[in-house]
Amino acid sequence: MEIDPFIFRLSIFILSIFIGYYVVWSVTPSLHTPLMSVTNAISSVIIVGAIIAALAGTSESIFNTSSIFGFIAIILAAINIFGGFLVTQRMLQMYKKKKDKKK
Amino acid sequence: MISANLAAIFYLVSGILFILALRGLSSPDTSRQGNYFGIAGMIIAIVVTFLSIGNFSTSLVYVVIFLVIGGAIGAFIAFKIPMTAMPELVAGFHSLVGLAAVFVAIAAFLNPAAFNLGIVGDIKLASLIEMSIGAAVGAITFSGSIIAFLKLRGIMSGAPITFNGQHILNLILGIGIFVLIFYLCKTQSTNIFWTVIIISFLVGVLLIIPIGGADMPVVISMLNSYSGWAAAGIGFTLENTALIITGALVGSSGAILSYIMCKAMNRSFVSVILGGFGADNSADDKKEKKDQKPVKSGNAEDAAFLMKNASSVIIVPGYGMAVAQAQHALREMVDKLKKNDIKVTYAIHPVAGRMPGHMNVLLAEANVPYDEVFELEDINNDFANSDVAFVIGANDVTNPVAKTDPKSPIFGMPVLDVEKCKSVLFVKRSLSPGYAGIDNELFYKDNTLMLFADAKKMTEDIVKNLD
Repeated sequence: MEIDPFIFRLSIFILSIFIGYYVVWSVTPSLHTPLMSVTNAISSVIIVGAIIAALAGTSESIFNTSSIFGFIAIILAAINIFGGFLVTQRMLQMYKKKKDKKK
Repeated sequence: MISANLAAIFYLVSGILFILALRGLSSPDTSRQGNYFGIAGMIIAIVVTFLSIGNFSTSLVYVVIFLVIGGAIGAFIAFKIPMTAMPELVAGFHSLVGLAAVFVAIAAFLNPAAFNLGIVGDIKLASLIEMSIGAAVGAITFSGSIIAFLKLRGIMSGAPITFNGQHILNLILGIGIFVLIFYLCKTQSTNIFWTVIIISFLVGVLLIIPIGGADMPVVISMLNSYSGWAAAGIGFTLENTALIITGALVGSSGAILSYIMCKAMNRSFVSVILGGFGADNSADDKKEKKDQKPVKSGNAEDAAFLMKNASSVIIVPGYGMAVAQAQHALREMVDKLKKNDIKVTYAIHPVAGRMPGHMNVLLAEANVPYDEVFELEDINNDFANSDVAFVIGANDVTNPVAKTDPKSPIFGMPVLDVEKCKSVLFVKRSLSPGYAGIDNELFYKDNTLMLFADAKKMTEDIVKNLD
């Protein structure tokens, strides 16, 4: 009997939860705020679905009900991607050691 | 146009890059590199999506335009936002992820053919379940984050809003969502799909309004987790590995942070969710009784004198420092102390501030080197050997009652042993109790000197007196 592809996706999902568990415990507490902003940025990879939805319109009707939701979702996710990564970068730039500080 | 198999491999690569992005955060040295991994993963995912569709019609132009508009808004926010506003920014971003998940689910429901999920009115059963769960969790994340945002921003009062039968109502609505999804699968009805989303929006609001301002670190972490599960739900619908991996990572990350925050407050996750903490109904009568107790208060001159004659000082920052934006003045004060060969370190309680790591970011912003900043368990033994503890904007996290009085609502919560210092300087605007609504015994100790003033103003005055 063939295995349903859903089972493979479920396996990926569950293994990823375990990876997430161990990786996140190793994050130093002082970086918990950047952790939140970067997880926020990467969860916006949902933009992939938004792009598919937006490109599904035909050339006669680029904006049908379904693709409009896709387009709005693209804006929302793009705000998050750029905002999330950039603000994380800005925060991480501020974390410096004693030695680096020669001002 | 690339094959679906090749695309799947690239999505796996971007999932791995996201794992590395989180891995980088294990130390500040590797964190910046980690962020680049994350960006690379995102670029790969987006480019591969374009390539796998291969439909370079006029729609593509619009996709790019919308991408640029969103990107510009995001970049603008990222550069403009002050560091003290990070908690509300993160809450705001969570709401966007949630809403994006809802919209993608709606788009997939209205046009399933575009996602290979069947046709309208006959969507594959598994896909239908996945997309409705994704949409429901996304909607809860959205409306919950909006409420959290309003509370953090101060537009809405941080006080918990509770009413009779609230929990029963939530329970009924929660069960209702499952029942509706069940009928949705049987009937494929569009109306039921919309109803699920609307009820979920309502649940999000109801879940967050009873939670008080001081429980916000838990709420933000929890919503972070929800946004991950929503993304994973959509990932199953779209059969996209990158989304499934990311959703699982973000979901477990938020769950761990919620757990850490709950533990730091010695509260169970359930009691935070049920809310009501921070309501000051019992606090008033207690406060009046204790008002008679003598309190020693001093001014900036006394504080400066005490610290100048110390050989080691521990700074305990809290939310009040963020409100007063006192971090830069504080750093100035510490520089002066260090010039006099006084050893200065910072002690951070896990729930200081309004989100995990809030204080660390603010201190980093003020150019405090991160190796002078310590977590509770690493520094707690040092208080006994230190001369001065300078408590600025923190309150309940220093309250010795948590160790001594089993009747206290915060009993058992890990606290900083500030009272073991030879002397304690406590910067606070008044004697009012903190969020837990209980009096802080520390105020009345013999070795405590209260400095009644705004945190920033007091720190600046101390700086002047240190010369």
